[in-house]
Amino acid sequence: MEIVFILAILFYLTSAAGYFAFLFLQKALLHRSGYFLLLAGFMCHTATIIYGFVSSGHMPVSNMHGTLSLAAWTIAGMFLVVQYKINIRILGIIAAPLVTLIMIVTTLLTNEPSQTASIFKNFWLIAHVVVIFIGEASFALACGLGVLYLIQENSIKTKKHRFFFKRLPSLDLLDSTGYVCIVVGFTMLTIGLITGFVYAKSIWGRFWSWDPKEVWSGITWLFYAALLHERLTVGWRGRRSAIMAIIGFGVLLFTFLGVNLFLEGHHKDFTKI
Amino acid sequence: MADIVLLGINHNTAPVEVRECIAFSPEESETAIQSLHRNPSIKEVLLFSTCNRVEVLLVTENKSRAIESTKNFIAEYNKIPLTRFKDALYIHEGDEAVRHLFRVASSLDSMVLGEPQILGQVKDAYRVATSSKTSGVILNRLLHRAFFVAKRIRTETGIGDRAVSISYAAVELGRKIFGTLEEKTILLVGAGEMAELAVEHLIQNRVGNIYVANRTFENGVALAKRFNGNAIRFEEISGSLEFVDIIISSTGSPDFVITREQVKAVIRIRRNRPLFFIDIAVPRDIDPDVNRLTNSYVYDIDDLRGIIDENIEDRQREAIKGERIVDEAVIHFRTWYESLDVVPTIVALRNKLESIAEAEVKKTLQSNKIPPTSTEAIHKMAHSLINKILHDPTIFLKQNGMLKDKSLYIDTVRKLFKLDE
Repeated sequence: MEIVFILAILFYLTSAAGYFAFLFLQKALLHRSGYFLLLAGFMCHTATIIYGFVSSGHMPVSNMHGTLSLAAWTIAGMFLVVQYKINIRILGIIAAPLVTLIMIVTTLLTNEPSQTASIFKNFWLIAHVVVIFIGEASFALACGLGVLYLIQENSIKTKKHRFFFKRLPSLDLLDSTGYVCIVVGFTMLTIGLITGFVYAKSIWGRFWSWDPKEVWSGITWLFYAALLHERLTVGWRGRRSAIMAIIGFGVLLFTFLGVNLFLEGHHKDFTKI
Repeated sequence: MADIVLLGINHNTAPVEVRECIAFSPEESETAIQSLHRNPSIKEVLLFSTCNRVEVLLVTENKSRAIESTKNFIAEYNKIPLTRFKDALYIHEGDEAVRHLFRVASSLDSMVLGEPQILGQVKDAYRVATSSKTSGVILNRLLHRAFFVAKRIRTETGIGDRAVSISYAAVELGRKIFGTLEEKTILLVGAGEMAELAVEHLIQNRVGNIYVANRTFENGVALAKRFNGNAIRFEEISGSLEFVDIIISSTGSPDFVITREQVKAVIRIRRNRPLFFIDIAVPRDIDPDVNRLTNSYVYDIDDLRGIIDENIEDRQREAIKGERIVDEAVIHFRTWYESLDVVPTIVALRNKLESIAEAEVKKTLQSNKIPPTSTEAIHKMAHSLINKILHDPTIFLKQNGMLKDKSLYIDTVRKLFKLDE
């Protein structure tokens, strides 16, 4: 399976290269090949994850290697879906290199199977992990779209129409796609938290235990809830929404990795190096 | 062998006073090519006339005669002395004529580089020529190549990509902000040719309601009627900012017509939906500080000009790629054109038959038990068969003063025997 994993990385890498070439040369063939290479990488990656699941009998998230790999996999998957639905080609410029980067980091980490594997068999836990990862991948894309929005807005505001103006899509498309990503992400995060509570109740007998991970997840949830609330009530969109999507992702990253690395908590297997 | 000749004048060689004198209307060009075609030295002819150019494309067996009579014809037809346009006239022959046609059709020779209309005009001219039966094998092939080249340049280079007029630049910007312009509401403040042109381009992009505000309400009503929109009073501009998306302003006002405070006041009511201001007026109508507000974008006339200059540079860069495609196509066409010569065609025909015969003889010798002594005889027989078969066609093709159009027969032979593949 090691070889398939490396194959997946190679596909991701060539896909990223394809998208970069597309950024400069603007040939439709390049982004199409970027897309299909990413799809091929995703397939190989899926195979390794299924293999990992079947051979060990639990979700492959018992260490940092597995966690990052799953994160990259969901980002790739979310991107494929968004690109297929909305056809926002330029997003590949962010998604493909991001996935590649995460995958390369995973290869630097050892993949030692964890001893505490037995808890990863619970249905609620599996649902919790899968849903949370999809949500996080959506937020990652929303952050990427926010960055693209700011670049494009800047080129329109400053009236410098060189490189990016021609290559990036309209502000409206970037903004509305980012919004869709945040809505999906928020929905998934909410479901993920609920399944987490149910699982916590079934294992520890209580829904909430003031664990740092829980607290930070709550903060992240509140942050995105505020963002959506403002959008729906006073119509926060465009620049402010883009900046918030980027900051929100920063908070999310801290919750996802920072809490485990700097604070203590009951998700620590997750990021065992 | 026939020659391809092109005579013409264009915006670079002749001023408008001369061009308008020898311009042909569509009806005129039809009668003109018919009378030119009656000239015995001209075998095929096509004429196209636009406001920037008049070009006559000829296929002739007698170059100098055809050129002379065409020049005289243009002078006589338009009733002006030859001396008035003689210096402006350019004459291209052979490859140069082909290259010129390709460049014209793909808009590399246009006043506005990359403008899309010229291809349609060439197509119309060709349609007239085919319906008047003044085009033949060579022009048919040449024009189809020209259309192909033009299309290829349009898709493979960015020659027509970016806006090079103020109003198109505004539309392009609008698209980068709003994605689609459909159902966007427009407010036109003041009046003016450029502003009205911009509104028309927006209408072509299926925008929604159009409002017109003018200091003189009556003028506003008249203009609104033209655009199928609504007139509002000048004092209502502030209020209208709540629901319009694109504002085009072109008034003679010495002060700002729309200030930062006015726009700031409506942002919340608009729920942050973007506002795009196009300020064509000098002095400016819209406070440039509006551009600093969130989701508000202001472009004044200089900004738009700046974009156009950049876009023209882009087109010029893309035109270099276009020239390369033209060069390629000229070589391609020359290869075909030279093949229309008799000798290469006969040689190609013979080669084709010989290769068939050789293959078949080889097959026969392999599959049947033919004694080695007979192989020589079989080869000989195949060879003399070819000679006998080719005898009459060769004489026919070589015949001097062949009826009508030699290239037609050569082309047919090449097609019948697939000699070009």
